[in-house]
Amino acid sequence: MSLRIVVTVKYVPDATGDRHFADDLTVDRDDVDGLLSELDEYAVEQALQISENADDAEVTVLTIGPEDAKDALRKALSMGADKAIHVEDDDLHGTDAIGTSLVLAKAIEKAGYDLVVSGMASTDGTMGIVPALVAERLGVPQVTLLSEVSVEDGTVKGRRDGDAASEQLEASLPAVVSVTDQSGEARYPSFKGIMAAKKKPVESWDLSDLEIDADEVGLAGSWTKVESATERPARTAGTIVKDEGEGGKQLAEFLASQKFI
Amino acid sequence: MAEVLVYVDHVDGAVRKPTLELLTLARRVGEPVAVALGAGAADTASALAEHGAVKVLTHEAAEYADYLVVPKVDALQAAVEAVSPAAVLVPSSAEGKEIAARLALRIGSGIITDAVDLEAGDEGPVATQSAFAASYTTKSRISKGTPVITVKPNSAAVEAAPAAGAVEALSVTFSEKATGTKVTGRTPRESTGRPELTEAAIVVSGGRGVNGAENFAIIEALADSLGAAVGASRAAVDAGWYPHTNQVGQTGKSVSPQLYIASGISGAIQHRAGMQTSKTIVAINKDAEAPIFELVDYGVVGDLFDVVPALTEEVKARKG
Ligand SMILES: Cc1cc2nc3c(=O)[nH]c(=O)nc-3n(C[C@H](O)[C@H](O)[C@H](O)COP(=O)(O)OP(=O)(O)OC[C@H]3O[C@@H](n4cnc5c(N)ncnc54)[C@H](O)[C@@H]3O)c2cc1C
Ligand SMILES: Nc1ncnc2c1ncn2[C@@H]1O[C@H](COP(=O)(O)O)[C@@H](O)[C@H]1O
Repeated sequence: MSLRIVVTVKYVPDATGDRHFADDLTVDRDDVDGLLSELDEYAVEQALQISENADDAEVTVLTIGPEDAKDALRKALSMGADKAIHVEDDDLHGTDAIGTSLVLAKAIEKAGYDLVVSGMASTDGTMGIVPALVAERLGVPQVTLLSEVSVEDGTVKGRRDGDAASEQLEASLPAVVSVTDQSGEARYPSFKGIMAAKKKPVESWDLSDLEIDADEVGLAGSWTKVESATERPARTAGTIVKDEGEGGKQLAEFLASQKFI
Repeated sequence: MAEVLVYVDHVDGAVRKPTLELLTLARRVGEPVAVALGAGAADTASALAEHGAVKVLTHEAAEYADYLVVPKVDALQAAVEAVSPAAVLVPSSAEGKEIAARLALRIGSGIITDAVDLEAGDEGPVATQSAFAASYTTKSRISKGTPVITVKPNSAAVEAAPAAGAVEALSVTFSEKATGTKVTGRTPRESTGRPELTEAAIVVSGGRGVNGAENFAIIEALADSLGAAVGASRAAVDAGWYPHTNQVGQTGKSVSPQLYIASGISGAIQHRAGMQTSKTIVAINKDAEAPIFELVDYGVVGDLFDVVPALTEEVKARKG
C-alpha cells in the first residue's frame, strides 16, 4: 500500500532582502525576491527520507501562492518530490492563517493523503500555527515541532523539544507533522534532480476546484485586521570603542551608567 | 465589566512569569479569569489572585500530560462557553500558539500571535506586534468572534493587584480527538539555576566567535556575575557548543530583555529577529564591520577572550 505524503511549502520574500508592507498592509511580495521558505526545506527533506524508508511512497508538494510560487514547487521537485500542486487564485490575496489552513485542508483532502509534513513556521509570517490548524480541520492527530521523526507500520513517532521538557510523541496515520530546523540538513538539488524536475507534473487548482467561496478567504475573509504598520525607527547610533586593553573596563562603566551594575 | 480569559502556564502549580504579565494586560481589557489545567492547577490560585485574577477555573486530569495540545484546547473551549469572555489571552510559547490557534478556529474567531503589547480599543483589544525581524511595528485587531491573542514574554510588567481569585472547578468533556497524539516519554529539562532565557532581564549570548563548547564558560561567568540568562547563536548551537534551548533568533527563542550582550556574534538577520527589541544592546566583536554594531548602544571592537573576562572581573569588583 502506498504512503501518500503531502508537504506544505510556502513561497516567501527573502529574509535578507528589504522586506516591507504594501499599501493594503499585506506582505509586499513584488519588490523582494522570493524563494522556498528555508524552514520548509526541512519538511521536504524529512518527507523524502520517510518516503525512501517506505516500500512505496509518493511525495506531493503543495503551495498556496501567486504565480511566482511555482519557483518554490520547482525547488522542492528538484530536491526529489514526485509531483506538485499549486493553488492559485486572485481572491487569495491577503488570506490569513485561518483561511490558509482552510485552503490547505481542502487541497490536501482532494489530493488524498496519509501524512502531511509542514515546516515549523513560515519565515515571513512566523506564526507557527498553520500545521495545528490543518490538523484541527482534517480531524487527524497533530504531531508537531519535531526535531526527529520516523514512520513505521502506520504510526508516526517523533521527538518534540519543548521549553520544559523533551517529549516522545506517537500517533496513528493519517496525521499532520511539522518539523524544526533541528531535524537534519536539507539536501541540495543535484543537477540530475533539477533536470528531472522540469518533467514532473505541476497541477494548478483555483478556489472553485476546491469548492471554496471567495469571501471565505483573502483580505475580505480575514478574521484579523492590520490597522497600521510603521517602520521601526533605526536604532540611534551607539558608542563604539576599540579595545586597547581597557575595553572591559569601559564596558563596565557604560553598564554602570545605565544602572545595570 | 467583561471577563477576559487568561490561560495559565504553570509547572506543577508554580505560575510562570509570562502568565503574571498577561494578567497585567488582561486588566486593561476586562476582569481576568484564569484557566489552570493539569497537576497542581489549584495551587496556582494564590499567585493568580495576587496579580488580579477574579476567578481561577481549574481542571486536573491525566490527559493534559499524556496527550498533546488537544485536551487543553477542549478545556479552554469549555471555559469560553462557560464565561463568554471579551477576549482570550494565551502566553506565546510554541504550545500556547498551537492551543490558541485551534481554539480560535473552533469558536470561529480570529487569532493574533506574538503580541508585544495590548490596549483596549473601541472595536475590541488592539495588539501590537513586530514584523520582519522587528523592522516593523504593526497594530491589529480581530474582526470576527472573540479575540484570541497570544502574548510574548516581557511584554508587560508584573503588577500586584489583589483580587478574589476564587477557585472554581471547570467541567470538561474531552473530545474524541483529544487522545490522538500520545506523549510516550518525557525528559524534563535540567535546571541550570540561571533565569529562563525568555524571561530574563539580562541575556548574555555567545556565537561562533566563542570557538568551542569549553569556552562558553567565559560567557557563563559573565552571565552569572550579572544574574543573567545565557543565549547562543545558531552557529554556536549547530557546532554543538551550547544546547538548542538557548538559541536566540528566528528558529530559537525570541528575547526582549533590558540588556542584551552579544559576544562573537555577527548579527545575521535571523539572529536579530530574536533580539532586536531588547532595550539596550551591547556587542563585543573583533570585526569592526560586523552588522551587530548597527544595533548597539555600546560596542567594543576587540577579542572577546580579552574583553569578556575583564568585564566579568570589573562587574564582580563593582558589585563587591
Ligand atoms: C531559516 C534560518 C533560520 C535561522 N535561525 C537562526 C536563529 O534562530 N538564530 C541565529 O542566531 N541564527 C539563525 N540562523 C543563522 C544565521 O543566518 C547566522 O548564520 C548565524 O546567526 C551566525 O551565527 P554567529 O553570528 O555566531 O556566527 P558568524 O556569522 O560566523 O559570526 C561570528 C562572529 O564572531 C566574531 N568573532 C570571531 N572570533 C572572535 C573573537 N575572538 N572575539 C570577538 N569576536 C569574534 C566574528 O568577527 C564574527 O562577526 C538562521 C538561518 C536560517 C537560514
Ligand atoms: N501559503 C502556504 N502554502 C503552503 N504551505 C503553507 C502556507 N503557509 C503556511 N504553510 C505551511 O505551514 C507552516 C507554518 O506556517 P505559519 O503558521 O504561517 O508560520 C509552513 O512551514 C508551511 O509548511
